[in-house]
Amino acid sequence: MVAGKIHIDPEIYSVLEAVSDPEIPVLSIMDMGIVREVILEGKSIHLKITPTYSGCPAMDTIAVDIKLALEAAGYQATIELILSPAWTTDWITEKGRQNLLDYGIAPPLNDSQDKRALYDGERLVPCIRCKSTNTKMISQFGSTACKSLFQCEECLEPFDYFKCLK
Amino acid sequence: MNNLYTYLLMLGDNSMILGHRLSQLCGHGPNLETDIALTNISLDLYGQVRSYFQYAAKVSGNPANTEDSIAFLRYERQYLNGLLVEQPNTDFAFVILRQALFDIYHLYLLEALESSKDTQIAAIATKSIKEVKYHQRFSSSWVKRLGDGTEISHQKAQYALDTLHPYSFDLLNENAIEADMKEQGIGADLHIIKEKYQDTLKDLMVTSTLTLPDNTFAHKGGKEGVHSEHMGFILSDLQYMQRAYPNMQW
Repeated sequence: MVAGKIHIDPEIYSVLEAVSDPEIPVLSIMDMGIVREVILEGKSIHLKITPTYSGCPAMDTIAVDIKLALEAAGYQATIELILSPAWTTDWITEKGRQNLLDYGIAPPLNDSQDKRALYDGERLVPCIRCKSTNTKMISQFGSTACKSLFQCEECLEPFDYFKCLK
Repeated sequence: MNNLYTYLLMLGDNSMILGHRLSQLCGHGPNLETDIALTNISLDLYGQVRSYFQYAAKVSGNPANTEDSIAFLRYERQYLNGLLVEQPNTDFAFVILRQALFDIYHLYLLEALESSKDTQIAAIATKSIKEVKYHQRFSSSWVKRLGDGTEISHQKAQYALDTLHPYSFDLLNENAIEADMKEQGIGADLHIIKEKYQDTLKDLMVTSTLTLPDNTFAHKGGKEGVHSEHMGFILSDLQYMQRAYPNMQW
């Protein structure tokens, strides 16, 4: 989505695509939608990224990883952290959502379904294993700030659900 | 010091001290899920603090100020958080009631700050409010469960409410800095927030079968740097590393 909005040099795009969230290694930063702007001047790059959650401890690591990856590709990068517009799970790409699912994390539902699943206990989040929606929330807060914990009542698989942030 | 700087400290200190209180519960929650929830909330609050303090360092006009020096190197009287957030983790009912009172205030505050004329404050508020909505749902749902639960949980929740309520006014009563920030279109109007806060709290107490204390006695002083006895203990814990090993970095 983000990549659609901003033009990124294909060579730089492939470098950035190889950088991932250290806590969810299958999710590239491009698929997460946290890269907001890339300004290329010769061999120097100014990059704007936005945090998923304010307290996301992965942000500092991601910034360092981006810098190192670009340096390895022969670019000098400066990275700026911007807060506005605030990140939303809508910016995760289709590919990103599929990668999450393959990795065992249920991707975010739409806003209203998400609220019904998290607050009213409606059974809407499909199990990552057997696809049944007969799942229940164990905890609204999960292993990281962006996830909550669910369990499937059919196959008993416990799994993370990526909360909708909008 | 300029008023914007002071206002940012007031905003950031609430999140930092409550974030610290919640971090003390890491590994001590009543069960795994609540433990994780409370520390998740702590992490969100700390993230917000970083945004406030990075901005405060910028507007302070003093190049020696950094987010870390602001967080760790002030004296007790220079911390401007409300008294509520420094109250101890006496038991789970206290943790939940303190959180619920703060979350209701926090949500309305951020809602107001979203339209601040200061674009950085507005950006932080727009970002934080998404997180705080989850906090508020969590704490109010627990207030209901405790209040309308067993006889003992009700009794403990009522006791926590009676004890903490007098500390909550401190957050809601406007001081001179807040009045100035409001005039400039930067800060929130606490009179409006207070009204919304009281309505929401009343509703929550009805569904939770808890009784709001009639007593309007209010402890005050936090925003002026006059704290309860707990603050010194918090700071000696919080500042230990920077005081023992000045300028250390992880």
